[in-house]
Order: sequence, then C-alpha cells, then structure tokens
Amino acid sequence: MLNFLWAGMILVGIIFAAFTGRMPEITNAALDSSKEAITLCITMMGVMSLWVGLMEIAAKAGIIRSASRRIRPFIRFLFPSLPDGHPATEHITTNIIANVLGLGWAATPAGLKAMEELSKLEEDRRRGRLSGPVRKPGIASNEMCTFLILNISSLQLIPVNVIAYRSQYGSVNPAAIVGAGIAATAVSTAAGILYCKIMDRGGTG
Amino acid sequence: MKFFLYITDLIVPLVIFVIVSYGIMMRVNAYDTFIKGAKSGFFTVIKIMPTLVGLMVAVGILRASGFLDFLSELIGNFTAYIGFPGELVPLTVVKMFSSSAATGLLLDAFKEYGTDSYIGLVASISMSCTETIFYTMSVYFMTAKVTKTRYTLTGAMAATFAGLAASVVLAGLMAGI
Repeated sequence: MLNFLWAGMILVGIIFAAFTGRMPEITNAALDSSKEAITLCITMMGVMSLWVGLMEIAAKAGIIRSASRRIRPFIRFLFPSLPDGHPATEHITTNIIANVLGLGWAATPAGLKAMEELSKLEEDRRRGRLSGPVRKPGIASNEMCTFLILNISSLQLIPVNVIAYRSQYGSVNPAAIVGAGIAATAVSTAAGILYCKIMDRGGTG
Repeated sequence: MKFFLYITDLIVPLVIFVIVSYGIMMRVNAYDTFIKGAKSGFFTVIKIMPTLVGLMVAVGILRASGFLDFLSELIGNFTAYIGFPGELVPLTVVKMFSSSAATGLLLDAFKEYGTDSYIGLVASISMSCTETIFYTMSVYFMTAKVTKTRYTLTGAMAATFAGLAASVVLAGLMAGI
C-alpha cells in the first residue's frame, strides 16, 4: 500500500511537472524537502526526549495507571483483543488524552511508542506467547488500524490554532466555532469507530 | 477567546509541574528516570528519520508539480453539486497530506472570503475535525514496520468525509442558510 502510494506520488509528480514545465521546481522541492525532514527530526528529537522522559516519570509515579483506569472501559471497547495491562495500553491512553487536549507535540511521541508496543505484541502473538490472531510480519493488526483511524479522525476538543488564526484575520467571534468543531469532531470520530467495529467483526479483513 | 488562549499558555508548564512534583512525592528518582525516558524518545526519532525524508520528498515533489492544485480544481467541479464549496477543495485535499501546507491555504481562505462567511466557517470547522491522513499513516506504520495497512486508509477516509459533511451542515446552520 505505502509502497505504491509513495512511488505513485513521486512518479505522478514528476510526469505532471514535465507537462507543465515545472522541472526546476521539482529539483528544488526534492532537495528542500529532504533537508526539511531532517530539520524537523532534529526539532522533534528535543521535544520527543523531553516528553518521553516526563512520561517515564509519570509512569513510574503511577499517574498513567490511574488515568488509564479511568478510561479503561473506553480502551477495552476500542481494543477488545488487547491483553489486559499490555504496555501499549498506557501509550494509547496518553496519546488519546494528549489528542483530546490538543497537545499534538505530546500525542505523536506517545502514538509512536504505542505503535512500537503494538508491533511487539504482534511478535509475541506470532510466537504464541499472547493470544490473538496471528499475522505475518509487516501486516497491520486490528489494534493498529483502530488506533490510526482514531488518531486521524481527530479527537481535539478545542482547536486553539484555528481560533488563533480566526482572531488574527478579524473574526468578530473567533471562538464561535468551538461548539460546531466539537460536534463535527464527534461525528468524524464516531464514523471512524463505527467503521473499525464493522471491520473488527469481519475477522481477518 | 482570551480564556482559551490563556489555558493554552498554562497547560504545558502545568503538565510538567504536575508530573515532576508527583514523581518526587512518590519517591521516584525523577532525574534518572527522565534521562532513561529521554534516551528512548531520542532513538524513536532516529528510527523514523529515513521514513520522514522519503515521505516529505514525495509530498514536496507532488506539491511542486502543481498536481494537487490540478486535482483540487477537477474535484471542485463535482463537489459544488453536493453542497461542498469548490473553493475549499484544495484546502481539504492538501490537509490530507500536510498540516503546515493546509495552514497556508486556510489563511488564504480567511483573507479571501472572511472568517465569518459561510466559506470561512466551513473551513474553520473542517480544519478542526480532520487530521493529516497520509503523514500520520506513514510515520506511525513505519515505526511499527508495517507495509500492509489493511483497512486503515478507507477507515480514515470515512472519518474524514463524515467530518467534512458535518462541517458543511453545521456551517450552514451557523450562517443561517
């Protein structure tokens, strides 16, 4: 999937540019984007180290455990075959809480750690150490699909950046969209969850 | 409005304060624990670095070729029939690939049509209920070394379109159409 998507983006881009005479722009875009990626990673390294470091303290102090306990029914509903107390749970919990609060910088590190743990879970399933459907390496588990769809459906309650842009561009009431934003977010998240539930029931998908 | 911005300013220091003070209270060796966690965060980024280079180059090429604008215009002709303003198609399509590029287009739309117009409202609401699909998927799945993503893309699309439909309806209600 990603293989074709990635190759497709590049090939379509270059062919399209050949017809519209934008080849010089392509050269710049390719070089600049690669530099941009590394700059982004360097910035992210700092934030990621800070956040994962803090989360380590929070985990040891038991903050995450008590937070997960509170939203456990929700997690169990979303990830029915995730083993109880699996390390992925705490990262998923952190990711969801950070997303709801609109802390994107905190949601991504937790999300990446959750994906790492979920792929370890798959490894354990392949070795028969944990229960659940066995899949070949490189194939997404139901948990991964649900987790990704949940992230993409957006969980943020207050779109602070949109409000800030609106006020910058002279809105009479920049925060007027908060209610509608929450409603629309609820709709998109509900649609995502519904879809996952249908696919989950479909078994191997 | 001020209240929300105030909260945003407070939330990060507050989170750090609560975590560190709670850690000390629970007699956790806060500093050593932090370093241990920081190290694991550091290596997670190192692992996704090649992914990010590959992905951002592909998106950069596609954007520079003008293909996204072309695609948006093409789709825009159809979406006008179902009530979605064609003016916002580029924004919606770009948002699926890149959040920062979408921000540029969002500000453009605000300048052009006004923040409180129907188009401005649809743009505001839809931007707050969708996320970048392809970026998130690539980075997350590369971290898990997954190449077969099964039903993730269709599910993400379903959620995004549901959000867009809701944005159009809600903006219509707000603008009194």
